[in-house]
Amino acid sequence: MNKLRIIYNGLVVENPTFVLLLGMCPTLGTTGSAMNGMSMGLATMGVLICSNIVISAIKSLVPDKVRIPAFIVVIATFVTLLQMMMQAYLPELNASLGLFIPLIVVNCIVLGRAEAFASRHSVVDSAFDGIGIGLGFTVALTLLGAVREILGTGCVFGLQVYPETYGSLVFVLAPGAFIALGFLVALFNYIRNRS
Amino acid sequence: MSPMLTVSASPHVHTGRTVSTCMWHVIIALLPALACSIYFFGVGALIVTVTALLGCMATEYVVNRWMFGNPDATLANGSAILTGLLLAFNLPSNLPVWIVLIGCVVAIGIGKMAFGGLGCNIWNPALVGRVFLLISFPVQMTSWPVPLENAWNYTDATTGATTLGMLKLGEIQATDVNLANQAIGYMGGSLGEVAAIALLIGFIYLLCVKVITWHIPVAVLGTVALFTLCLGDNVAVELLSGGLILGACFMATDYVTSPMSHRGMIVFGVLIGVITIVIRKWGAYPEGVSFAILLANSVVPLIDRYIKPRRFGERSKK
Amino acid sequence: MKKLASTLPNMILSLGVITIIASALLAWANSVTAEPIAEAAKQTRVDAIKDVLPAFDNDPLAKAVELNVTGDGNAPFIVYPAYEGDKFVGAAVEGYTLNGFSGEVKVMYGFDAAGVVHGYQVLSHAETPGLGAKMNEWFRMEEGNRSVIDKDPAQVNMTVAKDGGAIDAITAATISSRAFLSALRDCYQAFMTYKNDHSNE
Repeated sequence: MNKLRIIYNGLVVENPTFVLLLGMCPTLGTTGSAMNGMSMGLATMGVLICSNIVISAIKSLVPDKVRIPAFIVVIATFVTLLQMMMQAYLPELNASLGLFIPLIVVNCIVLGRAEAFASRHSVVDSAFDGIGIGLGFTVALTLLGAVREILGTGCVFGLQVYPETYGSLVFVLAPGAFIALGFLVALFNYIRNRS
Repeated sequence: MSPMLTVSASPHVHTGRTVSTCMWHVIIALLPALACSIYFFGVGALIVTVTALLGCMATEYVVNRWMFGNPDATLANGSAILTGLLLAFNLPSNLPVWIVLIGCVVAIGIGKMAFGGLGCNIWNPALVGRVFLLISFPVQMTSWPVPLENAWNYTDATTGATTLGMLKLGEIQATDVNLANQAIGYMGGSLGEVAAIALLIGFIYLLCVKVITWHIPVAVLGTVALFTLCLGDNVAVELLSGGLILGACFMATDYVTSPMSHRGMIVFGVLIGVITIVIRKWGAYPEGVSFAILLANSVVPLIDRYIKPRRFGERSKK
Repeated sequence: MKKLASTLPNMILSLGVITIIASALLAWANSVTAEPIAEAAKQTRVDAIKDVLPAFDNDPLAKAVELNVTGDGNAPFIVYPAYEGDKFVGAAVEGYTLNGFSGEVKVMYGFDAAGVVHGYQVLSHAETPGLGAKMNEWFRMEEGNRSVIDKDPAQVNMTVAKDGGAIDAITAATISSRAFLSALRDCYQAFMTYKNDHSNE
C-alpha cells in the first residue's frame, strides 16, 4: 500500500474531525487557542502512532474476544506515560489542557484506528496511518483553534492581529466552538465537493 | 396567464394574507414602543435602530444574492426589517455601531440563512444575534444608558444597571421600585424592552388584526405571575422589568419558531415563563427571557410532534 | 502468524502479559517522573511567591504557616514568610474565597513587612472570560482607583466603590470584584495574625 496514500487518506479523505466527526470532545474543549489546539493534536498524534504500532505488532497474539480490553490497556498506558511526561517537563501546557489529556484514552479516533486499521495492517502501514490521521486531527484542531482565537481575542498563536476589545468572547467559550466547527465543516465539504 | 387557470393543491381559498402583510403588521405594532424608546434614549436609540435595520437587510441581500444565487431578493417580505427592529429593541441604546453590525450578521447569517432562510430556522434570529452579542461583549451589552438625561449623548452616555440587575445584586429592594416608571419605560434597559404600556398597545393591535393569538403571551405572563407569587416575590415588578413583555408578545410569537397548535403554544409559553424565572432567580444572569425563548424554540419540534391538533373528522379514542 | 484462538487460557495469558508489561512500563515512568513533577509543582508556587514579594533569600516554603481565617471554607490560608538575611521583608498569603461569580477563587497576595500590598496573583478561578476573569490584570491597572498595589489595607478601604470602598470594581463584574477584595481582606487578616504571633522573633 502506498505510504503517501495512507497519509493523504488520514489528512483529507477520512479527516477525523471534518469528515468522520470523531473525537468531538477534545475538538470543542481544547481549541480555545491555536496553540492549545495544536498541542492537543500533537499529543493525540503521539499516542495514536505508538498505539497503532504496538497494536499492529501484537495483533496476532491477542485473541479476538479480548481485543478491545487489550487495545484499551495499550492506549491507556501510552496516555498515562504522556501525561506523566507533560506534568514533569511541560507543566504549563499540562495545566492548560488539563483533563483533556487523560481523556485521550476514550477518544474514539484512537480506538477506532486500532480496530479499523492497525489490527488488520502491517506495523509500517499502521505507523503511517497514525501519522496521517494524527496530522489530520492536528491540522483540524489548529485551524479551529486559530479561527476561534482570532475571532475571540484578535490573536493567532499569541500574535495580536487586531485589538482585543474587538474580539467576540463567544468564540473563546463553548458555543463559539460549535459555531466555528459547523462553518469549518461546511467549508471543508464545499471545497472537497468542488475538487 | 390568467390567475383563473392556475392549478394548485389545496388550500384554494386565500385570505389575501401573505408573509409580508404579517411582517408589516408586526412592524406597525412595534412603532409605539419605538417612539417611547426614542423619547427616553434619544439619538442613541435612533442610531442603533437604523444601523440594525440596514445591517440586517444588507446581510439578507448579500447571502441571498451571492450565496444562494437567488436574484429576486427576499427583502420585500419584510422579515429582515422585522429581525433588525427586534434585534435593535434588544440592545442598549449606546451600543457602538460595529457591535450592532456584528449582531446583524449573526442574526441573519447564522440565525436564519445558515438554516436555509425564512421558515427553516430553529431559533428566533433576532435573539440569536442578541445572545451572541451578550456573551461576546458582556461589558458593552450590560451597561445601559440612564433614560432621559442622555437624549443627545450616544457613546459617552452615563450608564446604570437595569431594575433586575440591581435587584440581583441586592442594591435595591422590590418595594423600592416605582411601578409607574416601570410601566411607561422610565428605567434602564435595552431600548425596546422598557416601555411596557406601548408594547401592550402593539400586542392588542396584533390581536385585533389577528396576526397572533393570545395563547403564547398569556401563557408566558401568566406563568411568570403565578411562579413569582408562589415564590413570594413582587409580581408586578417581575412582570414589568426586563424584556419579559417584549419577549412574550413579539419574540416568542414568531410563527417559524413557535408551535402550530394552540395547546402546544400554551406548553411553549409555560416553558418560557418557568425558565425565565429560574434564570432570574437562581441563574448567573439577572434576565433570562432571551435564553428561555431560545431554549423553548429548541423543543418546538418535539411539542409539535406530541401535541397535534385534531384532524378534521377525527374522533377521540374511547 | 496465525491468530490465537479465543480460548480461556489464551485470553488470560494474553491480557495478563499485556497488563504486566503496561504496569511495569508505568511503574518505571512514575519513578523517573515523580521527582520532576514535584519539582515543577513547587516551582510554580515559588515563582508565584517571588512574583508577589520584594526580594528575599530564604526558602519561604520551609517556614510556611497554616492559619484558619474564614468560617466559610474548611481549608486554611497559608502564610509564606520571606526573609532577606535575618530581616523580615514580608509574607505571601495563599488564600481563597468561595464567593466568586462561579465559585472558588484562589489567590496569592504579597504583603511587605509593613503590611502594604506588594503584589498579587490569581492562582485559579472559574470566572466569566472578559468579565470577572480580568481580575488578574484589573487590580494592578493605574487608571482610576483600580489598583490595590502599594496600598495599605489598614488605611485604604478595600471594598468596591459601590459598597463605600476605595477600589473601582471591574466593569459589569461587581460580584467577582467583591470576591477578590474579600479574599484580599481575609489574607491581610491572616498576614496580621502571623505578624503579631511572630513579632518578637
